[in-house]
Amino acid sequence: MERWQNMQQRAGNTLPDDLPLALVGDGAQGAVIHAVNRAAHLAGVCVGARLTDMRALCPTLKVDFADPQGDLAALRRLALWARRWCPWTVADDWGADGMVAHGVILDTTGADHLWGGEAAMLADMEGTLSALGHEARLALAPTWGAAWALARFGPVRAICADSAALPVAALRLDGETVLLLKRLGLRRIGQLADLPRLSLARRFSRAGPAQNPLIRLDQLTGHLAEPVSPPDAPPVFRVHARLAEPIFDPTHHLPGLCAALCDQLAKMHQGARRLCLTVYRTDGTVSRIEAACARPSRDPAHLAFLFRDRLERINPGFGFDLISLEALVAEALGVGQVDLAGGAESGVEISHLVDRLTARFGRAALARIQPVASHIPERAEVLAAPMAGLPDQVHSMADRPQRLLDHPEEVRVLYALPEGPPAQFQWRRRSYLVARYQGPERIAPEWWQDRPGTRLRDYFKVEDEAGHRFWLYREGVPGDGRGGAPRWFLHGVFA
Amino acid sequence: MIPCAMLRMPAHLTAQALPFASRGPRTSITLSEVFPAHGAEAAAAGFVLSQISMRAGPLLWIQDRLARRETGRPFLAGQASGRKPLMLMQLSRPIDVMAAVEEGLRCKALAAVVAEIQGDPAAVSFTAMKRLALRAEMDGVPCWLIRQGASVDLSAARDRWRIAPLPSAANPDDPRAPGSPRWRVELFRSRGGRPGEWVAQYERAQGDGAEDRLDLVAAVPDGTLAEHAAAGGKHAAR
Repeated sequence: MERWQNMQQRAGNTLPDDLPLALVGDGAQGAVIHAVNRAAHLAGVCVGARLTDMRALCPTLKVDFADPQGDLAALRRLALWARRWCPWTVADDWGADGMVAHGVILDTTGADHLWGGEAAMLADMEGTLSALGHEARLALAPTWGAAWALARFGPVRAICADSAALPVAALRLDGETVLLLKRLGLRRIGQLADLPRLSLARRFSRAGPAQNPLIRLDQLTGHLAEPVSPPDAPPVFRVHARLAEPIFDPTHHLPGLCAALCDQLAKMHQGARRLCLTVYRTDGTVSRIEAACARPSRDPAHLAFLFRDRLERINPGFGFDLISLEALVAEALGVGQVDLAGGAESGVEISHLVDRLTARFGRAALARIQPVASHIPERAEVLAAPMAGLPDQVHSMADRPQRLLDHPEEVRVLYALPEGPPAQFQWRRRSYLVARYQGPERIAPEWWQDRPGTRLRDYFKVEDEAGHRFWLYREGVPGDGRGGAPRWFLHGVFA
Repeated sequence: MIPCAMLRMPAHLTAQALPFASRGPRTSITLSEVFPAHGAEAAAAGFVLSQISMRAGPLLWIQDRLARRETGRPFLAGQASGRKPLMLMQLSRPIDVMAAVEEGLRCKALAAVVAEIQGDPAAVSFTAMKRLALRAEMDGVPCWLIRQGASVDLSAARDRWRIAPLPSAANPDDPRAPGSPRWRVELFRSRGGRPGEWVAQYERAQGDGAEDRLDLVAAVPDGTLAEHAAAGGKHAAR
């Protein structure tokens, strides 16, 4: 509802607060109310009822369509943004009978003292969320189930309150089970907890968690584990910069953040491989940029350099008031030895160079050429990762050109000897008279990976009168039964 | 690569000293430009590789898209036996190539940075070249620019070379086959040395333990004399 109101406000058509308003979605018997505003609530419109009934109750009700998918996406963004309070958050979208009760679960274990205690933390959360235009009901409890129940049915900002007096609907049960329990005379959680476990287990033996009060009761009391598992594991190494006012440019805070992160890494003898810079925007979303290192590194200047040219890609929105720098992947890194001249070892410098170049020009731009055991020239080398080691390869003494064209280019042969190179050929609209030649060198196709019918190649090193040296080949021999007359290609240039 | 090429001076030509022989090692690490004649792009690459000294570390080779499409890429199997690891970088814009060269020159562990740029883009300006020259001399990493199809205009490069192909030397095994490659190399502008013109002959190592080497012979207008000088130079070098 509040997201809808914010959107309307942004679009410029703000509605008066006293106009009853409802968002509807499709139901089994026609439209069903999904959310109502305060005026509609006072008029008696309740969530989950059919729209026609509520229209009869409140004729002035204004109706718009709900957007459940958009709500869910917004909730997931909000769950990420809630990591400003603690590193372990997950969006909670459990719902019964098609009505989703949106919530965010935060595992604040060990984080509350940073905010001056649990009560102060809840107050801060409520203030920050209301600044976003969201009404929030907060509760703190030892388990997910208890927190869910207290937030929806308990007192305002409840902290570990007793849940025995709450209605059984607070157990996250679906409507039929709640109705069944009500018919059995069980209205409070306390009444349910007093029953013998055996009879409950017998009655609900085959039911799933949403229909089984026993499972839900155990989850509420903590007898059954219900871990908070966020979609991405929170990083171990993480530093924050909290700002007094929203800003747009994180450049000046980056060196300090990098230094703090490197201190953390150095204590654990670790180096960062992947880094993520996240800004928490004032409009309730996060935006992030990532960087990667070819080798684990904890050099603050180097890490700051990786982000230097890319800070403009971050989307600041209307400003952000919290920056966090995380090492997503860290690897063991011992203390580096500095030589007598004060320089580090050369591998580190190369890896820093690789990081800077890939951060600036992309991962595909830079590669190290590795030899491969193959006689086909274009397969004799591959592009490997820039920091890949050089394999021991026996260097062939065959005469190979210094330059290889990416794709062999067909040349027009004006006159060819039957068993030799052309006497004259035309390449790129220029004709060359062959003065000397060497060859042929026959390279057969690799039958284990070439298609059937691939023709062999006869390579010639030819030189023209001016001293241009080329590597030509004839594809196939006349009468090999694999196509027509052989064609000639230019594949490389000699120095 | 051709990293182990030795620069040997024929004994009777020491009066016409080569520029780098007369200079100290400090000034030889600088920005150099090579202008290959049409069809001599591979020769320019080979010459640059022969000039890069035996510094340890990998070689950063940067090409722009046009240069790669026109003249291909360096082929590993065609390089000499004692080659360095080669890091190849392919970028589409010349301005990116200049930025990457400057980034590479910051890294002292590189053996050299070689860049190939096709044509006369606006990014290769006097100011940009001056930056590269100062950066190369400050950090002590040699930098070579191969300017394919470029016009020779104002530049801050300390050494400027021109290179053209020549018919190769006689093949000792087969008279019909081309032998060791030869180039006409001209140093037409140099800050530290004397400009000159040479005929360079590049010889690959025959067998293990030998090193590839480059013989430079002063170009003499008279053809017979030049051939004699070449023969003498080779003899003196061995």
